[in-house]
Amino acid sequence: MTDSSDDKAGAAEAAKAPSAFLEVRDLKVHFPTDDGLVKSVDGLTFSLEKGKTLGIVGESGSGKSVTSLAVMGLHRAARRERNKVRMSGEIWLDGKELVGADPDEVRRLRGRRMAMIFQDPLSALHPFYTVGNQIVEAYRVHHDVSRKTARKRAVEMLDRVGIPQPDKRVDDHPHQFSGGMRQRAMIAMALVNNPELLIADEPTTALDVTVQAQILDLIRDLQKEFGSAVILITHDLGVVAELADDLLVMYGGRCVERGPSEKVFSRPQHPYTWGLLGSMPRIDRDQTDRLIPVKGSPPSLINVPSGCAFNPRCPYADVPADDLTRTVRPELREAADGHFSACHMAPEERERIWTEEIAPKL
Amino acid sequence: MTETTETTKTAETSETTKTTKTAETSETTETTGTADDTTQVEPLLRVRGLVRHFPITKGLLKRKVGAVQAVDGIDFDVRPGETLGVVGESGCGKSTTGRLITRLDEPTGGSIEFQGTDITHLSQGKLRPMRRDIQMIFQDPYGSLNPRHTIGAIVSTPFRLQGVEPEGGVKKEVQRLLELVGLSPEHYNRYPHEFSGGQRQRIGIARALALKPKLVVADEPVSALDVSIQAQVVNLMDDLQEELGLTYVIIAHDLSVIRHVSDRIAVMYLGKIVELADRASLYETPMHPYTTALLSAVPVPDPRRRTQRERILLKGDVPSPINPPSGCRFRTRCWKATEECATTEPPLVALRTGHQVACHHPENAPQERPVDAT
Repeated sequence: MTDSSDDKAGAAEAAKAPSAFLEVRDLKVHFPTDDGLVKSVDGLTFSLEKGKTLGIVGESGSGKSVTSLAVMGLHRAARRERNKVRMSGEIWLDGKELVGADPDEVRRLRGRRMAMIFQDPLSALHPFYTVGNQIVEAYRVHHDVSRKTARKRAVEMLDRVGIPQPDKRVDDHPHQFSGGMRQRAMIAMALVNNPELLIADEPTTALDVTVQAQILDLIRDLQKEFGSAVILITHDLGVVAELADDLLVMYGGRCVERGPSEKVFSRPQHPYTWGLLGSMPRIDRDQTDRLIPVKGSPPSLINVPSGCAFNPRCPYADVPADDLTRTVRPELREAADGHFSACHMAPEERERIWTEEIAPKL
Repeated sequence: MTETTETTKTAETSETTKTTKTAETSETTETTGTADDTTQVEPLLRVRGLVRHFPITKGLLKRKVGAVQAVDGIDFDVRPGETLGVVGESGCGKSTTGRLITRLDEPTGGSIEFQGTDITHLSQGKLRPMRRDIQMIFQDPYGSLNPRHTIGAIVSTPFRLQGVEPEGGVKKEVQRLLELVGLSPEHYNRYPHEFSGGQRQRIGIARALALKPKLVVADEPVSALDVSIQAQVVNLMDDLQEELGLTYVIIAHDLSVIRHVSDRIAVMYLGKIVELADRASLYETPMHPYTTALLSAVPVPDPRRRTQRERILLKGDVPSPINPPSGCRFRTRCWKATEECATTEPPLVALRTGHQVACHHPENAPQERPVDAT
């Protein structure tokens, strides 16, 4: 995620195609409901280069999955049918803008240049068709080849993701696979067209730790081999630490912190990130007596708290003067090289709180 | 958790555990039982040779063609005031174990003793009075609360079923319970859908605590919750244990959570306990290769460590519990497996004080072999 000066940039510059492989600018995804407008994603900006992995972390309802579906153009279908989603902003994939693009054009890209691995392989795979058939279909949609060639390709992919006896298992139905194998089959399906952008939405949440480790290794190896850009969406800070080069922490539909993952983990800048780190029992540290939870619950996306969305849960909400946290929404500001955070507290103040109050307790 | 009391307790029992556990192969269950009675700390719950097989039937006559060996002969004690963590991958039988010790399911074999009473095959009617003392917290805070009942009705159900009239009336007691778990007493007349996942889990905890149970079995109490909420619930359970002197059996798949909450931990694999030890020795010097592999697979939230650490990658998947491997069940995925492992099933023996392991080739083992089976 190289940073761009887009936040400040004028409209004229924004219209130009960016240099990054994937660039999302001021993305907003709002869903009108009977209860009000749900602002799932409310102004998100990031970019990603090929061969790099971006981890998006957040709790349920923070907008991380909605973001990934927006990049894949999967909100559009719903908009046509029921006229529901309101999307604005820009998504640039290799010089092509996707938010305003023709749905057919996006469909041609989806599956070929960008692909997605879903959380629950049992509901993402069709129970009626064999695993092989589903991979063949994904391949033939984008390549004009015979069934036979496509099948060969499917076997090759299953082999590549580590399914034993791929030439036999290709004719199995999803229920004949174990959880880990299903996830592998999904990865095979996503990678069958050598996509340049791979979005993995909670790829290991439904899996056991030992299988999770296998799948994370597989994603890492495949990325090295194919040089794709990967967006890894998860609520598990441990999983992102394994894979991500850059990290984006979301809260209430907005980015609260982003930067190189090493920096975000070693010197987190935002009180919410501190909260996440304090909430996790860690196996690599000495036993602590108590966890330090974040008080309260995640915000409603219909009535996002005014000012900083995190202010009702933030233990430092009163530090900035003039009730700033409750009235003004903090912008993302660069504190250190490539490390951004959205907080009203002065960076020096936060640095002090982190080193003196938070870090020793973790 | 009560760190200090636990250490003393372990020390007290250490002598006896040593002898009992070594003798604890399934054939000697009976003798073990009597030997155990002489110990100072009477376990709250004693499980011996517990078995649960789910039959697989075929055809019109429901002919039995096989069995899912969900739990296949496990022994453990739960001491008063402690937290026993049960950890393992999906399908290892940890949830079935939870359902068996709360007697929501009836064991196929073995015995469960609660405070000295055998509850293994008690009828529903006879079990009822025991239910006051053994309660359960469920995983899914959405599925475990009836959406048509108010919170007041849900939390007061235990009183109604048991015919208990708490001091000051049911309503007052329910409101006290709600306050105890960090909810507001005004929530009495609300419905489950008005609450978030974390709050619902608190309601489930309030219900479990209504009858002042001695033993609470929690099956994945926090796995359905968001990270920041998980910590709230973990801390709440911790406080309640201290305040009410509860004994917990916590079942979870997350090794970091289990380490945080448990005093002793049982690691399960394919229906067997492969290692049972107190927290420090299990995490610092795991002896079973499976435990070592599990621990090495836990992702650590520190990007600098990803290159340094050694990870043991297990090959393949857990074998089917319908037809588990002969001998040691872990041998098909174990890098230390030898012929002995295929033929002889390793018994769960104490290789160090308070550290039992079922393996022919344990890691981090003390120089001499066991403290000895007599």
